[in-house]
Amino acid sequence: MVISKEENSNIILYLPESLKEALEVISREETIILSGGTDLMVRRKRPSGLIPRFDKNTIFVANLAELKKIYTLRDYLHIGAACTFSEISNYELIPDYFKIVIKDIASPAIRNVATIGGNICNASPAADILPLLYALEAELVVGSLKGDRIIFIEDFIVAPGRNVLGSDEILKEIRIPIVNFNEYYYKKVGTRKATAISKLSFIGFINVEEDVIKDVRIAFGAVAPTIVKSKKMENELIGKNINNLDEISEELIEDYSDLINPIDDQRSNKNYRKQVAVNLLKDFLKLK
Amino acid sequence: MTKIKFNLNNKEVSIESNPLRRLLDVLREDFKLIAPKEGCGQGECGACSVIIDGNLINSCCVPLGNVNAAKVITIEGLVDTKEFNILKEAYEDAGAVQCGFCTPGMIMASYALLTKNSRPNEDEIREGISGNLCRCTGYDKIIEAIKLASKRGDTVW
Repeated sequence: MVISKEENSNIILYLPESLKEALEVISREETIILSGGTDLMVRRKRPSGLIPRFDKNTIFVANLAELKKIYTLRDYLHIGAACTFSEISNYELIPDYFKIVIKDIASPAIRNVATIGGNICNASPAADILPLLYALEAELVVGSLKGDRIIFIEDFIVAPGRNVLGSDEILKEIRIPIVNFNEYYYKKVGTRKATAISKLSFIGFINVEEDVIKDVRIAFGAVAPTIVKSKKMENELIGKNINNLDEISEELIEDYSDLINPIDDQRSNKNYRKQVAVNLLKDFLKLK
Repeated sequence: MTKIKFNLNNKEVSIESNPLRRLLDVLREDFKLIAPKEGCGQGECGACSVIIDGNLINSCCVPLGNVNAAKVITIEGLVDTKEFNILKEAYEDAGAVQCGFCTPGMIMASYALLTKNSRPNEDEIREGISGNLCRCTGYDKIIEAIKLASKRGDTVW
């Protein structure tokens, strides 16, 4: 492992060669975990030519081989936390819906370095990969020297920019149960096609057999402090006839509206976000 | 400070520096490669685009520590290649260069696109340069240039 001490600052930078070395460092001191850099390097940037402002010891994890694996095993898709969005999209067994979501993230050059682990840990309400991972009920493998623990994605993110990672822990892998759906629906609403931060986003998956809903997943991004997904409402839809949903439409929209609490900011306003979110839900379920 | 080694424009280089420095600053200040430009400094304009291990990347977002052992190519490393000359002539003939600030980044994006997809359709071209902003040309001429380069370089890409 390369350890770099910087002049004129107390900061130590670690460039580990293995995950074990990385875990040893974070077990004994509080560090900033730096992966692809597309969020942290920008958030911490200073004027041209100056070194970005990292105020704590920092560890570089983007090139750790243990975090770059992507494979399918039994009924799970496993994605290493330091896989870039391009690497995920290029994986031969990646489902189409991943490709479609990834294509709407930033630009090709950003997707070539931005990592899935960074997007998750950053925990932005507008993070592009989160609605998909919530809808698929992804599990996160979090590691420390003490061992691994598995956390459901919706328990991992607790507030904008906040997750439950302990200071001695690192996100190692994302495990996605492979479920077949007959239909999926994704819409990212942004000001332009490339490099847009979502005003809001919506993803829906549905599995219908002989007009009866067997499984359904619905998630909204950027309309509340964390991604909106309700198992309770999904369970209410399961078993219903897809052609008779108008009967429960009003109740359904009202219940989802209670969970959709967007904010006004420079990208959009709450009325627009709420209205469009409801419209997308109706379009997905073909409600009147 | 630590020694970072990488391959820059087909030469092995090493530099003793802070691994948190932006690759863009290292290229411009230490290696005097001034084709990569700082536009927005936050990964949205593509003026600082370089190619790392075959992939188009914004050098303003990449810390030096992440390019350890990587292969970095800037437009200066392409000038003697057939591909670059095809692109250069196509950009000239299509009138795709006006103020020129975005041009090195656009050329890198064009190069990255054509080396992966030698016959892109218009949608794929627009997608390929979607992370590169140009405030002069309105993009049509750049798209024209890439089509031209694709056709002329048929066997090269």
